[in-house]
Amino acid sequence: MTNATRALIRARGGAAGGLRAWALVVPLAAFIGVTFVAPLGAMLTRSVHTPVVADALPETLRLLDGWDGSATPGAPVFRALGRELLAARDARTLGQVANRVNRVEGGLRSVLTRTARRLHAAAPSLESAPGAPTSTDATRSPDGPAPWRDAILGMDEAWNEVVTWRAIQRAGERFTGRHYLHALDLDEAPDGAIVAQPEDLRIYLPLLGRTLLVSLAVTALCLALGYPVAYLIARAPPERAPLLLLLVLVPFWTSLLVRTTSWIILLQSEGVINDLLVAAGLLDQDGRLAMIYNMTGTMVAMTHVLLPFMVLPLYSVMRTVPPEYMRAAASLGATFPAAFRRVYWPRTLPGVAAGCLLVFILAIGYYITPALVGGRTGQLISNMIAYHMQQSLNWGLAAALGGILLVCVLALYLLFDRLVGVDRMRLG
Amino acid sequence: MTETRAAVVGSLGERTDESGTPHVEFLGVGKSYDGVTQVVRDLELRVYEGEFLTLLGPSGSGKTTCLMMLAGFEAPTAGRIRIAGRRVDDVPPRRRNIGMVFQNYALFPHMTVGGNLAFPLEVRGVDRANAAQRVRRALELVRLTGFEDRKPGELSGGQQQRVAIARALVFAPNLVLMDEPLGALDRRLREEMQYEIRRIQRTLGVTVVYVTHDQQEAMAMSDRVAVFNQGRIQQVAPPEVLYEEPERGFVATFIGDNNLLQGRIVAARGDVCVVDTGHGIVQAFLVAPLEVGDAVTLAIRPERVALAAEPGLYSNEFEALVDDIAFLGDHLRVRVAVCGSSSFVVKIPNRAGHGGVLEDDRIRIGWTPLDCRALAPDEEGERP
Repeated sequence: MTNATRALIRARGGAAGGLRAWALVVPLAAFIGVTFVAPLGAMLTRSVHTPVVADALPETLRLLDGWDGSATPGAPVFRALGRELLAARDARTLGQVANRVNRVEGGLRSVLTRTARRLHAAAPSLESAPGAPTSTDATRSPDGPAPWRDAILGMDEAWNEVVTWRAIQRAGERFTGRHYLHALDLDEAPDGAIVAQPEDLRIYLPLLGRTLLVSLAVTALCLALGYPVAYLIARAPPERAPLLLLLVLVPFWTSLLVRTTSWIILLQSEGVINDLLVAAGLLDQDGRLAMIYNMTGTMVAMTHVLLPFMVLPLYSVMRTVPPEYMRAAASLGATFPAAFRRVYWPRTLPGVAAGCLLVFILAIGYYITPALVGGRTGQLISNMIAYHMQQSLNWGLAAALGGILLVCVLALYLLFDRLVGVDRMRLG
Repeated sequence: MTETRAAVVGSLGERTDESGTPHVEFLGVGKSYDGVTQVVRDLELRVYEGEFLTLLGPSGSGKTTCLMMLAGFEAPTAGRIRIAGRRVDDVPPRRRNIGMVFQNYALFPHMTVGGNLAFPLEVRGVDRANAAQRVRRALELVRLTGFEDRKPGELSGGQQQRVAIARALVFAPNLVLMDEPLGALDRRLREEMQYEIRRIQRTLGVTVVYVTHDQQEAMAMSDRVAVFNQGRIQQVAPPEVLYEEPERGFVATFIGDNNLLQGRIVAARGDVCVVDTGHGIVQAFLVAPLEVGDAVTLAIRPERVALAAEPGLYSNEFEALVDDIAFLGDHLRVRVAVCGSSSFVVKIPNRAGHGGVLEDDRIRIGWTPLDCRALAPDEEGERP
């Protein structure tokens, strides 16, 4: 409940007033519930909930529960698998099942789809084969005739391998932490132990580290650039302050895409800045600086885009700092730097805190700017999440990465609260 | 009776002689923000060492601007300011070594009381132990011993005021400026603080330039008061002199109550003149260099006007029509119409009833020529 709501309730007094106040926020609560909380919950669920294989191959998985894992499983398992693969093929869910299994063990997608295709051709003969079960499968001798097993083993070498079956077993787990393990560059060894990925396969943790670093750097840059601007506006005479504020706000109102692409025009190797530097003789034709489609481009564009989020809270806090403080400090004998450090800066800390938190949290989840100007080296964790959402279609992993990002932001927020105190923060 | 009062006034008048070493000098100082409107004009003012001088005037009269120029936050656009004989035009505020108490105290809210007081010492490089001792002494002086670790936000208005004063004194400046420091306090606390500030100033013998718009405050605290109006000093004098011998109509009405009558001098001999108000002839005490035929403003204090029990007691006696009576406890305020003024106020002490005065009565009032001061009329727009 916000302070305003609380004040409203107090002002109204009594339960009737309280109910009325709550009624006012119902539309907002419903909107947020539908557009934010529900999708977030669904995505986070998806990061641990993988029902596709479990739904498609229930009998196979049930039978595999009794499998000792030392050699290929018995004929009943083959039969159940064959039938369920055919059913999945008919229900057109085979692609999803194959994809899931393939994520556990690479190369199995084609094994599954090929087997299913061949089984489809051979199915009628298999169902009417002499070895067809009439009673319970479990009582049957493993050495008896097993047409499904023979057929499947004949269709692909992979079915002879224990690994294939273990992959199906693991893909069939309804709830799994595997996505989180992958998102943290860990993997589950065949014996169940959790091990780190080999050095050259680690991508997510370094990317997360890079994202945090870039966010910190962008926040620091915004503070360094925004603080003097906010100070200037807060100290400007009343007739000039709105104009200066407008200069901050106009970029804020301009489309993000326009601002980002204008940086491309400025920074690209045949761009304005490089042209000027070459024309001024400071650079060779061949020595043009690579300032975009890399980390530099990401940092420059992000700092520019996020700067208003730093300036505005700073400005609104600075406006409330009476000029008498600096005058008092000067009359007490302090030089400007001393007065600034001891008196002005501490008074603006709530604004600094608000601006930094705002910029940092926006930066850590930033997607569009790095996607446009980041090139290969300037990508952040959000771009990886988008990749898994749109390209690799590994939504579980995307959700796990998102979940980890969310935890990181919450942890930093709590740390920030301990250090600065969120209640001291002021946005305006 | 008139003789004794003249003697008192005379002795007070001697104190208006400017003697001693001038600590602060305003020499022909002018200030204009836009180059057109003069906020302060041709200011000539000397503040003497150890003196408590108040700049008194209505808002917008230029008194605060004068203080800011003295502190160094504003630069004069004309004339010059000297402190201890030195021109200070190029001296930044931090080097002027002036203690300043701001209207809203300007205590640093994120520092403790001790931190606030130690601030001017730290920036001067005073070592820690020495600073702590001076902070303790300053707090002792303002009777806040042991308040070092409190935050300003935890103090009452009066306590914050004391801390602000202690902070302005802790680095032992020779000159302390106060800009309406008591404006935010309630009346009772204000009177107590007036006494406190006066006591501290006397104890330390420090020079104080004090700004206020409250004439009672100025009267209660000051050695001398400079009355400001429209960017000009109207009169600089000790409070008693300002009250008894105002030189301008503005001062006469701004300091205490005064009845003003307009007229023209028809005869003059020495200090006494005869003025025709158009509704009666009045004898008055001539204080301005005026001659027969000049327009004149007469100022008569309400408490110096008496009911004339029998005719011939006063040389100025008039029939007056009572318009309104207000009972104010220790006195009655009677508004009458007399000598062309419809709002002439007479203050009758509540001694033996109120002499049977009723509304719409015709009464006889009178005053002596000495209580009726003939002043030069105010310039246009200078009336309060």
